[in-house]
Amino acid sequence: MSFISVKNVWQQYDDQVVLEGLNLSVNEGEFCTLVGASGCGKSTFLRLLLGQEVPSRGQIHLDGKPLAGEPDASRGVVFQRYSVFPHLSVLDNVALGLELPRSPLLGRLFGTAKREAREQAAALLSKVGLAHAQDKYPTQLSGGMQQRLAIAQALIMKPRVLLLDEPFGALDPGIRKDMHVLLLELWRETRLTVFMVTHDLSEGFNLGTRLLVFDKVRHDPHAPGAYGARITYDIPLNSDRRAARAAIDSLQTV
Amino acid sequence: MRLINRRPDRASRLILVILPFALLLFAYFMGSATRLTENPNDKLLPSAVQMTDAVKRMAFTEDQRSGGYLLWQDTASSLQRLAIGLGISALLGLCLGIASGILPLFGAPLSPLLTVLSMVPPLAILPILFIVFGLGELSKVMLIVIGITPILARDLEQRAREIPVELLIKAQTLGASTWTLILRVVLPQLLPRLLIALRLVLGSAWLFLIAAEAIASTDGLGYRIFLVRRYLAMDVILPYVVWITLLAWLMDWGLKALTRRAFPWYEGARG
Repeated sequence: MSFISVKNVWQQYDDQVVLEGLNLSVNEGEFCTLVGASGCGKSTFLRLLLGQEVPSRGQIHLDGKPLAGEPDASRGVVFQRYSVFPHLSVLDNVALGLELPRSPLLGRLFGTAKREAREQAAALLSKVGLAHAQDKYPTQLSGGMQQRLAIAQALIMKPRVLLLDEPFGALDPGIRKDMHVLLLELWRETRLTVFMVTHDLSEGFNLGTRLLVFDKVRHDPHAPGAYGARITYDIPLNSDRRAARAAIDSLQTV
Repeated sequence: MRLINRRPDRASRLILVILPFALLLFAYFMGSATRLTENPNDKLLPSAVQMTDAVKRMAFTEDQRSGGYLLWQDTASSLQRLAIGLGISALLGLCLGIASGILPLFGAPLSPLLTVLSMVPPLAILPILFIVFGLGELSKVMLIVIGITPILARDLEQRAREIPVELLIKAQTLGASTWTLILRVVLPQLLPRLLIALRLVLGSAWLFLIAAEAIASTDGLGYRIFLVRRYLAMDVILPYVVWITLLAWLMDWGLKALTRRAFPWYEGARG
């Protein structure tokens, strides 16, 4: 039984078909990179997985259960921009994820609980290389550091699925390399299933264990919105990493 | 060099700041002196000495009838009305703005209603307020509240809509409910906007206050100005206007300083 299964999913806005007849099954721990031309529905598919949108037709199952129709703590997300809260310090941006679920009335913790949450957040921050910037506000950070923070913020929830919408699209090439290293490291340590939308083909090939190409197969020049995109290529990649992941999984299930 | 590229340096900036004020004062006192030499009993443009006397009388001499110091009494009652009015408006505006800006189900009925309500000229319904709330403090405070709440609410609604949807989604993936999302994400981001919006409506708030005091009151800065108008007492009116302007400016400056101090993360405060 696959971890995520997508069955005949269509997404349509008015008479504009964006995705048509999407079928996919993904095992836990896979790193899927989503590539394709602009406007071909990669980000739409990510929003469906996130629960930000509900498919017009078809079903998405997560671990055997239908996907919740709104975002929740089971799926973490990092956007290209606006992923971190400008009014909170770096430390509190991460600690927020520990405070919100535990305090339904005020959304904040006090005393020992707060100190523990902050310690846990600080530990994660040093792992992503932000230990020195804990007390700064996000606007004082560079673009790369902000994305590191956004990743730490998503991971503190220990989600099973991590959704990345062009997370490194606005970064310099050098910084982007560092981020790739960090992301792979975190992916190896956890059993995260990752979906990452990218415009950068080499990024897609380097990072993923599976590359999904979105493209329109049918065109009607008189009605550009009549047909949507499908997954045209589904390419297994980086077999060494996949094998390592499979080996770890088999050890854990014994 | 083009005009658009020419900037004053420190010294000339100071001169340029002072210059218009100095010119204004100079023009006034020239006019005043000319009129007073023609007719020493002229009341229209009192001299500095006459105004100083009036201030001494109003602010530092006990009033024979009431036994108090009129300027300070007027200031206290006006500021009290203004503070209550602004406080209630800020609270209401914040609640309405968040509700209609963040919650689509509340926004659908609230947003058009606020738009229409903000078009009602508050002074036109002042008589209604007097009829409904009587001539006491309540109707004066209500005029301020009714006058500026819709403006604050609409501004904050707009600001709430400008919060990137990514942040709202992110908060949900961090386990926020609607309530905690508003409490921890929306509210703190809107508070500096509220202070800025308050600065912008300060002028209107003073307008409504003085209008209400002029019509039905027994004290207050606006009441005093309209009272002494009967005696053409420009020597009292002008210092009162300067005093009101100074108070308004101080409040504006205070709100600005507060925004900067309380919300260091907020970029808009640096402007």
